[in-house]
Amino acid sequence: MSDHQLRVSKIRSGTVIDHVPGGQALRVLAILGIDGTGGETVSVAMNVPSDDMGAKDIVKVEDRELSQAEVDVISLIAPEATINIVRDFDVVEKNRVVRPEQVTGVLQCPNANCITTADEPVRSEFTVLSEGVRCVYCDTLLRDDIAAHID
Amino acid sequence: MRHDHLITATQLSRDDIETVLDRAAEIADDPPERDAVLGLLFFEPSTRTKMSFDAAMKRLGGTTVDMGSVDSSSVKKGETLADTVRVVEGYADALVLRHPSEGAAKMASRFVDVPLVNAGDGAGQHPSQTLLDLYTIRENAGLDDLTVGIMGDLKYGRTVHSLASALTNFDARQHFISPESLQLPRSVRFDLHQEGAQVREHTDLEAILPELDVLYVTRIQRERFPDENEYRQVAGQYRITPETLEDAKDDLVLMHPLPRVDEISPEVDDLPQATYFEQAHNGVPVRMALLDMLLENAGVETGGDSR
Repeated sequence: MSDHQLRVSKIRSGTVIDHVPGGQALRVLAILGIDGTGGETVSVAMNVPSDDMGAKDIVKVEDRELSQAEVDVISLIAPEATINIVRDFDVVEKNRVVRPEQVTGVLQCPNANCITTADEPVRSEFTVLSEGVRCVYCDTLLRDDIAAHID
Repeated sequence: MRHDHLITATQLSRDDIETVLDRAAEIADDPPERDAVLGLLFFEPSTRTKMSFDAAMKRLGGTTVDMGSVDSSSVKKGETLADTVRVVEGYADALVLRHPSEGAAKMASRFVDVPLVNAGDGAGQHPSQTLLDLYTIRENAGLDDLTVGIMGDLKYGRTVHSLASALTNFDARQHFISPESLQLPRSVRFDLHQEGAQVREHTDLEAILPELDVLYVTRIQRERFPDENEYRQVAGQYRITPETLEDAKDDLVLMHPLPRVDEISPEVDDLPQATYFEQAHNGVPVRMALLDMLLENAGVETGGDSR
């Protein structure tokens, strides 16, 4: 085990999100709706030197396994991330995030005049582009501020 | 043209566009009989678009049903658009929708099985206007090796957004002339770049005017500016008068989706370049062709014997 991984101790069960681009860990927590008030045990390592990525962040959330929708949104800001599911100190599943072609119902359109923000029976829908996402309904592009538009 | 609905100009290929324009050119002489009912759903005021769709359907031998103004409809009672269109599709063979929210037509089209035409969704798109604009350009200047200037409110102008993206199908150089605060939105710019379009932006018409084959003028609206003074100052810079046109080509095609307020002075109307009334009249044959093709795709037969 390398020094880098020892910076944050192992967890018993939960999810380890590794290979998050340096500096993005807090956004990942925002996507997961974690601001500390929920009482979750969370460890964050930021800007850890990484051979592949230069600097990476690692997020460990105890006693929680992520939903596919959450993983989809994480993939938008951390396309290289790996999601490790830990049970009893063992990694039982290790997955790379896959950027979906579309995300439905997880982001709110930043365009206040978009039909999806009105009182209509539709869920938001975004096409995933190489850089950012685009509202399927009103074509608005969302690039830098994806985490702030999570529904 | 094999589309179920017409929602955005970005869905149109060159072939789609040319098919509609070719049909429009011949349709007035020999209109097919389409004994169909067209539902008009205008959640915003409209004169030209609504009346020309109305006229187009009637000239095809069909008829129209009209929701009327929002004030007199069940929208006032809080009905969703999704419900309204699902109800009205039962009364009509095709729908035309204008709505103040971007994406409204896209959403509505997902709730109905009859063809739906976007007649303007907020600051989004207005693709049937684009078809008549292209028809007018083709009749007057052709659609090849073209230098087009588009001027005015490029940020909120839905006719501009649709025209700009449709022009990427043709050999057209596009120049966008506007105050900085009203430049093209990021999403339209993105599409133009994706298509590899030649796009230049200017704050001033003067330098580029002599090169233009087509100048498409749009209205700069008062409500886009914080105060009256600023509006007047900006609007004044983008006003076309006979003097402005002295530097333009003699065969410049001067267009405007109308209504105009004072972007083009009335003295320009008598000049040979003024094409905006002809443009407005083209709304009928182009919309006849469009409706005819959408109804045909939807299986509404000609001759009035199939419904």
